[in-house]
Amino acid sequence: MIVLSKEKLSIQKEQDVVLFRNRIKELATKIGMSLVNQTKLITAASELVRNMLRYGGGGITQLEIVSKNSIPGVRLVFADEGPGIKDVTLAMKDGYSTGKSLGLGLPGAKRLVNEFDIKSEPGKGTTVTIIRWKNGL
Amino acid sequence: MERIPILKMGPFLLVTIQVDLYDRLALTLENDLINMVSKTEAKGVLIDISAVSIVDSFMGRILGNIASMSKIMDAATVVVGMQPAVAITLVELGLTLAGVHTALDVEQGMELLRNKIGQLDTDEEGLYDSFI
Amino acid sequence: MNKESAAALKGKKKQILDTWMANQTKDAALRDDLMSVAELQQQSEEFLNSLLKAFASSQAENPDSAGYEPIHDILSEISISRARQGFSPRETSAYILSLKEVLSQTLEERYKDDTTVLYREIISMNKIMDSLSLVTTETYIKGREEVILRQTSEMSEISTPVIRVWEGILALPIIGTLDSARTQVVMEALLEEIVATGSRIAILDISGVPTVDSLVAQHLIKTVSAARLMGAECIISGIRAEIAQTIVHLGIDLTNIYTKATLASALKMSFSMLNIQVTRASQNGPIGSKQNFGF
Repeated sequence: MIVLSKEKLSIQKEQDVVLFRNRIKELATKIGMSLVNQTKLITAASELVRNMLRYGGGGITQLEIVSKNSIPGVRLVFADEGPGIKDVTLAMKDGYSTGKSLGLGLPGAKRLVNEFDIKSEPGKGTTVTIIRWKNGL
Repeated sequence: MERIPILKMGPFLLVTIQVDLYDRLALTLENDLINMVSKTEAKGVLIDISAVSIVDSFMGRILGNIASMSKIMDAATVVVGMQPAVAITLVELGLTLAGVHTALDVEQGMELLRNKIGQLDTDEEGLYDSFI
Repeated sequence: MNKESAAALKGKKKQILDTWMANQTKDAALRDDLMSVAELQQQSEEFLNSLLKAFASSQAENPDSAGYEPIHDILSEISISRARQGFSPRETSAYILSLKEVLSQTLEERYKDDTTVLYREIISMNKIMDSLSLVTTETYIKGREEVILRQTSEMSEISTPVIRVWEGILALPIIGTLDSARTQVVMEALLEEIVATGSRIAILDISGVPTVDSLVAQHLIKTVSAARLMGAECIISGIRAEIAQTIVHLGIDLTNIYTKATLASALKMSFSMLNIQVTRASQNGPIGSKQNFGF
């Protein structure tokens, strides 16, 4: 996998989310991603960035255009230094929430992207990495 | 503070969301809308999201909340104009917006609301016709 | 390859071309239905000219050198066009291999008294021709891949026509197996059309779907749910007896979805959902008479 472009964006307050979404849209449009695939990617990003704000107290996002077997895609990394997740398997289950949400955030985001990776250490923070390829496969 | 305008059209309230919603704005909308339903004794709420490109689980929950709250106050909620890409994404996300009525556009949404409150006496119905 | 061999081959060009042509045409594998002999002759002559020129160049030994570039171009063109025309891989590589045979014979004649030089020159010529033969195979495969890609995209486009059967009613006949990629195309096409036409009802006819397993059912349910979110209702029609059996045996829950056995009954249901009444006009009345249809 080759990284074609890379940038970082700090998310500290809700208004940053709008800017972040717009930036993803620009990247996805640049590689020619279809509207449906773009919407899925941005929705997943929206879920993850909310988690980062709500549970991680904000953090740093990294936006990249990557390429594998000459198929381009967008990779997003969400890193916070919040309390972390105790049981990642449980957090990935539909309908589970420690807050008062629907509990669709993490599992839903996973369904909306092609590659999903979560690493969390209690007390240190959580890092989620997602990729959506241009062709959606 | 930023607010989304709510229009009163006869017995209905019409909200057209034309900006990208962030969470606080959506919560403000929920609050304003429910207060308006109570104040105007509206019989129906139309939420036009045809210009909204992203609906995530939070926004979905707000729409569900508005519908449930309005229902308690005897008003039906119709979400109209959802974009295909948004609908596909919501299904994949696992959100079906149970309890929320949907329609393709404002016109069909109005028709749906009028059918929902069709039990009202004919005098009043004639009144609504002049609005549409 | 030395200058002498190059000159010797050049001197025998006419003969080489004739033998090569004879080799190609006598090969039972050659499809004269796909390409005329005259065409082949012209193509081969052009190729041979460039090849002999490259042999005479200072970098004759290196098949990647600039002198061979036009040859690669011609070869690629030939292989790709052969791939598209439906030649087999054997027929396509026979083109360059039959030339190799003729060149070997010519060199053999030239050096029949000096086997050491003959051996060296044959090896050198073989190396070049083998590398060219690889180019043929590679581009042939590329050509075939292009054909496959084009057919795939054509197929997914053709196989998802959204038909407007009535004002406010769309029909989508699904033919063939529904996999994830195809469902995405079908779903998008249907939902776009729902918006474009403002249709409140869509009929998904699965008469042409060979089997419905839990994955296909899930895809159908997703499509119905997405349409509902937009404010349109779906009816699934064309459910054959064996499909109904598998659905029940697999424990797939379709209770929240309108299903009908035939497209006709789905259309009837749509009419009642939209409060449309279709009645047969009276036999003697002016509306039913044939003149009105402009026959």
